[in-house]
Amino acid sequence: MAKLKQQSLRKRDNELASANRQLEILNGGIFENGELPTFAKKIMQTNQFPLRPKKLEILQINLGYMCNQVCEHCHVDAGPDRKEIMTWETMQMCLEVIKNTGAHTLDLTGGAPEMNPNFRRFVDKASQAGIKDFIVRSNLTIIRANKKYHDLPQFFKKHNVHVVSSMPHWTRGKTDKQRGEGVFDMSITALKQLNAVGYGMPGSNLKLDLVYNPNGAYLPGDQTSMEKEFKSALLADFNIQFHSLFAITNLPISRFLDYLIASENYEEYMYQLVEAYNPGAVKNVMCTNTISISWDGWLYDCDFNQMLGLKVASKVTHINQYNESILSDRDIVISQHCYGCTAGAGSSCQGVVTT
Amino acid sequence: MANNYYDPKDLRKFGEITQWSEELGNKFFDYYGKVFEEGALTAREKSLIALAVSHTEQCPYCIDAYTKDSLERGVTKEQMMEAIHVGAAIKSGATLVHATMMMNKVNKLEM
Ligand code: SF4
Ligand code: SF4
Repeated sequence: MAKLKQQSLRKRDNELASANRQLEILNGGIFENGELPTFAKKIMQTNQFPLRPKKLEILQINLGYMCNQVCEHCHVDAGPDRKEIMTWETMQMCLEVIKNTGAHTLDLTGGAPEMNPNFRRFVDKASQAGIKDFIVRSNLTIIRANKKYHDLPQFFKKHNVHVVSSMPHWTRGKTDKQRGEGVFDMSITALKQLNAVGYGMPGSNLKLDLVYNPNGAYLPGDQTSMEKEFKSALLADFNIQFHSLFAITNLPISRFLDYLIASENYEEYMYQLVEAYNPGAVKNVMCTNTISISWDGWLYDCDFNQMLGLKVASKVTHINQYNESILSDRDIVISQHCYGCTAGAGSSCQGVVTT
Repeated sequence: MANNYYDPKDLRKFGEITQWSEELGNKFFDYYGKVFEEGALTAREKSLIALAVSHTEQCPYCIDAYTKDSLERGVTKEQMMEAIHVGAAIKSGATLVHATMMMNKVNKLEM
């Protein structure tokens, strides 16, 4: 059980702030000595190597690594001390892409995307592009963090944004342990505010989904039963409603990797992931229908690869050369962290990937 | 043989017990799997029962497995501890209720 850190790995000069060091760990040890098969070997067994994209459905844009929280499991290594923020120039390039994309979903993430000073301007423009599903990943506490964010629920509503928020547990203790003291109460207040403007209410078009990820070195339980538990507890205790729960596996990168190693859970966790490998989940992993764009405009197969510095293996690697048909003809870059996407029912930013 | 009677790594080898008696091993695992499926009881309730019984049986492998399983199902540590107290209460109750045998015997033997 580790203490909650107040600073990012980067700020603390932790060696795991380096993507290369993370990759060294993921490629070395039990995977190098053959104790466990590499992800490439594993998917070869079912003729799924190389992993190739299908039709592009989701554009995921990371507006920056700055965040009001410093969650212990964060795969972004986000925090108040991270200054990487998408500029308006890059946003304009993104807007061009959004206008012309074949993707039906736009997914804004971070850090806390709302902390980008051009966030509202960007959402305003992007919402006019005719995208079917416009997601903002909001960590809830941001709504309460500062007066200037208090009206976010109304702002989201005005732009018909689909809000996806993390809520690690329906009890205070477990939530605060993972995300920091006071996070639970602030999240509850924020959820009430969202409900009050119509988000998450039964039959409402204002979509509010919650993300659950385990608070430690274990895998998420069955998504449907977790959703039931969350719904009944939040309703009974706080009169809060939401639409769906996405159960997401923690991938062994960045701060979660640091936690795994520091708590001596790394090997056991990798064993769990490999043992829970589900070949049926491979064909639907997130990178098969998503392009991830970083704050500085580079293109990645997914947000995780972004954090590992693994750019798309394509002639086109930056938003300034963006071309969907060239991008669709690429092999997806993989490493052992990918086992996190194929464990059990599979895991993606939209929850499980198998039915 | 290792130097310890119990090695956490051996839990991973549980499936291998089918090797020396395939039919019985498979039957056991089919049964085991079925028992823990969602039924009249939720998988979560079953996990908590298993956790309590793991303690009364004092099986380190089961305690390891069902602590993790309970966490995965969102069970809180307070709920886990209460479940173990249920097991402990039955264990001690089962011990103490036998005191009535002792009392009967004493009453019979003593003048
Ligand atoms: S997990 Fe989300 S809310 Fe927590 S530090 Fe990372 S980006 Fe911020
Ligand atoms: S980590 Fe990224 S590249 Fe690997 S399987 Fe998951 S989505 Fe695909």
